Amino acid sequence: MSSADTLQAFKRDGRIVVVGASLAGLRAAEALRGEGFTGSLTMIGDELGEPYDRPPLSKQVLTGWVSAGDTALPRRRDIDAEWLLGVPADGLDLATNRVHLADDREVPFDRVLISTGVRARPWFVETEAALDGVFVVRTREDADGLQRAVAAGPSRVLVIGAGFTGSEIASICRERDIPVTVAELGPAPLVGALGAMIGEVAADMQRAHGVDLRCDVKVTRLEGDAQGRFRRAHFSDGSTLDADVAVVALGGIRNTEWLRDSGLAAGVWGIACDTGCRALDLNGLITDDIFVAGDVARCPNPIYEYRLISLEHWANAVEQAEVAAHNMVSAQADRWPHLSIPTFWSIQFGVNIKSVGVPTFADEVVVTQGSVPDHRFVAAYGYQGRVTAAVSFNNAKWLDHYRQLIETAAPFPPPCPTPDEPADAKPVPVDFPGPTLLAQGATVVVTGHDPSERRVTSVRQNRRR
Amino acid sequence: MTTTETPDTLHRILDYSARADPYPLYAELRETPVALQEDGSYVISTYRELMGILHDPHLSSDVRNLSRPMPAAGGRATPSFINIDPPEHDRMRRLAMRHFGPPHTPGLVNSMRPDLTATVSSLIDDFAGKQQIDIVDDFAYPFPVTVICHLLGVPRGDEAQFHVWVNAIIDSLDYNPKTDPKEKLDNGLQAGKDLHQYLGGLLEPRHDRPGDDLLSRLATDDGPDGRMTDEEIISTANLLLIAGHETTVNLITNGMLTLLRHPQVLQRLRDEPDLVVPLVEELLRYEPPVHMIPWRAAYSDITVGDTVIPKGSQIMLMLASGSRDPDRFDDPDRFDPDRQDNQHLGFGSGIHLCFGGPMARLETQIALNELVRRLDNPRLVADPPPYRPSPVLRGPIHLHIEQS
Ligand SMILES: Cc1cc2nc3c(=O)[nH]c(=O)nc-3n(C[C@H](O)[C@H](O)[C@H](O)COP(=O)(O)OP(=O)(O)OC[C@H]3O[C@@H](n4cnc5c(N)ncnc54)[C@H](O)[C@@H]3O)c2cc1C
Repeated sequence: MSSADTLQAFKRDGRIVVVGASLAGLRAAEALRGEGFTGSLTMIGDELGEPYDRPPLSKQVLTGWVSAGDTALPRRRDIDAEWLLGVPADGLDLATNRVHLADDREVPFDRVLISTGVRARPWFVETEAALDGVFVVRTREDADGLQRAVAAGPSRVLVIGAGFTGSEIASICRERDIPVTVAELGPAPLVGALGAMIGEVAADMQRAHGVDLRCDVKVTRLEGDAQGRFRRAHFSDGSTLDADVAVVALGGIRNTEWLRDSGLAAGVWGIACDTGCRALDLNGLITDDIFVAGDVARCPNPIYEYRLISLEHWANAVEQAEVAAHNMVSAQADRWPHLSIPTFWSIQFGVNIKSVGVPTFADEVVVTQGSVPDHRFVAAYGYQGRVTAAVSFNNAKWLDHYRQLIETAAPFPPPCPTPDEPADAKPVPVDFPGPTLLAQGATVVVTGHDPSERRVTSVRQNRRR
Repeated sequence: MTTTETPDTLHRILDYSARADPYPLYAELRETPVALQEDGSYVISTYRELMGILHDPHLSSDVRNLSRPMPAAGGRATPSFINIDPPEHDRMRRLAMRHFGPPHTPGLVNSMRPDLTATVSSLIDDFAGKQQIDIVDDFAYPFPVTVICHLLGVPRGDEAQFHVWVNAIIDSLDYNPKTDPKEKLDNGLQAGKDLHQYLGGLLEPRHDRPGDDLLSRLATDDGPDGRMTDEEIISTANLLLIAGHETTVNLITNGMLTLLRHPQVLQRLRDEPDLVVPLVEELLRYEPPVHMIPWRAAYSDITVGDTVIPKGSQIMLMLASGSRDPDRFDDPDRFDPDRQDNQHLGFGSGIHLCFGGPMARLETQIALNELVRRLDNPRLVADPPPYRPSPVLRGPIHLHIEQS
C-alpha cells in the first residue's frame, strides 16, 4: 500500500484517542471531523459533564452573571465520539499503543492527542486545604463553590497569590463591595507574568479599588475553627488576618504525572513537542503518533530562539488543537507548524489587559503609548534590542501593530514617537522574580538550557522493550 | 516603489468620468501597494498594507502633522474626533460613546428599530401614485437625515438650510488646488462656520433646559472623563450630522442599485429577509459609501512593506480598493451575500472604526428589506445612474426607478 493509501485508510477507519476532554481536546476533535476523519474517536476526561470554558470562572461566574453550569463550550459540529468521562488516564504505553485508565480499562489507539492541561496548585498543607471556605479555581465545581461563598456575604476574603486569577477574583470581590486582602510572595501583583514596572501599576489599581494588598509576604498557615471552618490566616511577618474565605490562586501544576513511565519528555513544565505538536520522547526523538496541545504542551517557537514554551492561554489551546488535529490526519508534506504569536487577555478593576508575545522573554520594558497613571497605555517588551512582546491596559486596539513588530524583530525600544507617547518614556529593566516564583504565578514559562545549571543526565530509553 | 503611470491612475480615479466604475482603476493602483505620487503624497491600495497602517500608531489623523499644509486646514474650528489623535481622540470618542452605545447605553441602536421601521414605511407610502421614484430624493436621503436630526435634537424643519452647508463642506473635502476653483474651498469654509454657529445656537439653551436628545445629554453629562466643552460638543454634533447625511444615503442607494443589477439576489432577499444582514456586509465591501480617506499624515517615519513613508507625508488610504483586493477576497468583483470571512474596510478599521457603523447597518438593513418587500417589480431607468461629484463619498446623485 502506498503511504497515501495508508493515510486514506487511517482517515476512514483509524482510531484516535483524545486524553483530556476540555478546550483543546474538544476543539481538536471538532477539527478532526472537519478534516474528514471518519474513524473512531474516543474522548477520555477525568471530569464529569461536557467540556466547558474556564475564563468565565474567575470573571462572570463570580459576579453571578453566568452560572457555573452555563459555561459549556459551544459546539462547532457534531463529533460523534465515545466519551469516557469521570475517570483519569493513568498510563500510556507506546509499545502497544494503549491508554491505560485508572479503572484498569485499556483503550487502544492508532494516534493519540494529549491535552490534559493543568490543575490548580493546591494549598500545601492538606488538612488546611480541606477547611470549609478554602478554595482553588480551576474547575466548574470550584467556581460554583466560591461563587456561593462570595454571595453569602463574607466579612473578608483572602486571596493568596496575585497572578491573573487571584487579581481577577480580588477585583470581583471589590465590585461586590466585599472586603478583600491579597497576599503575594513577590513584590507586586502580576509581576511573574508582566514584570516589576507593570506590577507597580497593578498594585496601584488594586489599592485604588480598596484591596488590602500585602506584598513580599507569605501566608504560612490557614487556621480553622472547631467546626472545620476557615477563620484566620497567619503570615510570615508574624501578622494574622481574620477572614471567612481563602482563595488559593498559586498557579497550576501540569497534568503529566500519568505519563511518568511512558518514555515521553514530560515533566513539571509540560510535555515537549515540535512545532507540529508531535510529542518528543525522553531522548528528544519525535514520536509519530503522539500529539500534544493546550496548557500541557511545551512547544518551540523560532521567534523565541526555539525555546520550549508552555502557555496557559485560551487562544493557544485552540490554535494548537487545530494544528495537532490537522497533522494527525495529514501526510508529512501537508503538515502545519504551530508558530503563532501568543495572545492573552484579562479583565480586572475595570481594566482590559491584553498581551501579545511572551513578556517573560524580555530584559527591558518601555511604555510606548498612553498614560500609566490613567491606566491606559501600551508597553513594549524587548530582548537584546528587539521587540518580543507588548501589553496594553485599556488600549488593545494597537496590539496588531506590536504583533507585526514582534514578527519582524523590530528594534527595541521602538525608535519612532507616536502622538500619544509619554514624554518621559525610557526603557527600564523588566525585572522578573526568580524561577521558583515564576513557576507559580506566570501563565507563560519559557524553558531552556540554563548554562549556570551544569547538570545533564543521559537517559537512554529503549522504546521496544 | 514609484512608477510613472501611478500618478495618472490616481488622477483618473479622482476624475469625474471614473465615478460610475472606479474599480478597474483600483486594480491598476494595487499593482503598486504603496505608491509615491508626484506631489510627495503616498497612496495605499492593498488590503494587507491598509490594515497594517490603520493599526499603526504612527499614522496621524491630525492634518496639522502634515509638512505640506492641507488646503482647507486654516479657519477650521476645534476638529472633531475623526481628525485628532490619541489620547484626545480616545477621550472625545469615549465621551460621545457614553450616549450612543455600550457599555453605558447598550441597546440604544436596537431600540430605534420601531421608529426606523415607521419612518421607512411612511416614506414608501408616499411613493403611491408616482410614475417614477428617485430612490435618493424620495427615500435614501430623507430617511437617515430624519433619524440623525431626531437623535441629535436638530429641528427637521431646518434641513433645507443646513443641507446647503453640508453639501458645500463635503464638496470641499476633496478640494484640489490645481484643478478646482478657489471658490469651492471658500464655500466649504464658510459653510463650516455657518454650521458651527447654527449648532452653537441649538446647544446654548440646552444647558438650562435639556431635552432627551444627544446634544442635551452631551451638554449635561458628567462621566469619569469629565464633560465635553461646548466647542467639543459642537464639533462632535457637526461630525455626526455630516456623517449621518452622506454615508448612509450612499449605502442605501448603492444597495438598491446593486440589488437591481442582481435580480436573483433581490428576489432571494424578498423571500429570506434575514439575508439582509450578510448582504449589507457584502455591500460595505463591494459598493461602500466611503471610498478613501484622503488626508492622513505620517507622524513619524512609517514602514509599510518595503517602503518608508517619511514623517509629515500625506497618506491616502484607498479603502474601497482594499476591499476588492484579490489577495484577500476570493473573486472580489463578485457580489456575493453568502461570502464568509468578510472583514471588509467599509467602516475602516482600528481606533477610527466608524462610530456610526451599528446605526448605519441597521438603517440600511431595514431600508433594503422594506424596499424589496414593497416595490412591485422595480426597474432601473438609467444604468449607470448619474453620480455625485465626490470620489471620496461616492454614490448616485439620483436613482430613478419605475415599478409596475
Ligand atoms: C479561572 C481561569 C481563568 C482563565 N482566564 C483566562 C483568560 O482570561 N485568558 C486566557 O487566555 N486564558 C485564561 N485561562 C486559561 C485557559 O482556560 C486555558 O488556557 C485553557 O483552559 C487550556 O485548555 P486545555 O484544554 O489545554 O486544558 P484544561 O482546560 O486544563 O483541560 C484539561 C482537561 O484534562 C483533564 N485531565 C487532566 N489529567 C487527566 C488525565 N490523566 N486523564 C483524563 N483527563 C485528565 C482535566 O481535568 C481537564 O478537564 C483561564 C483559566 C482559568 C482556570
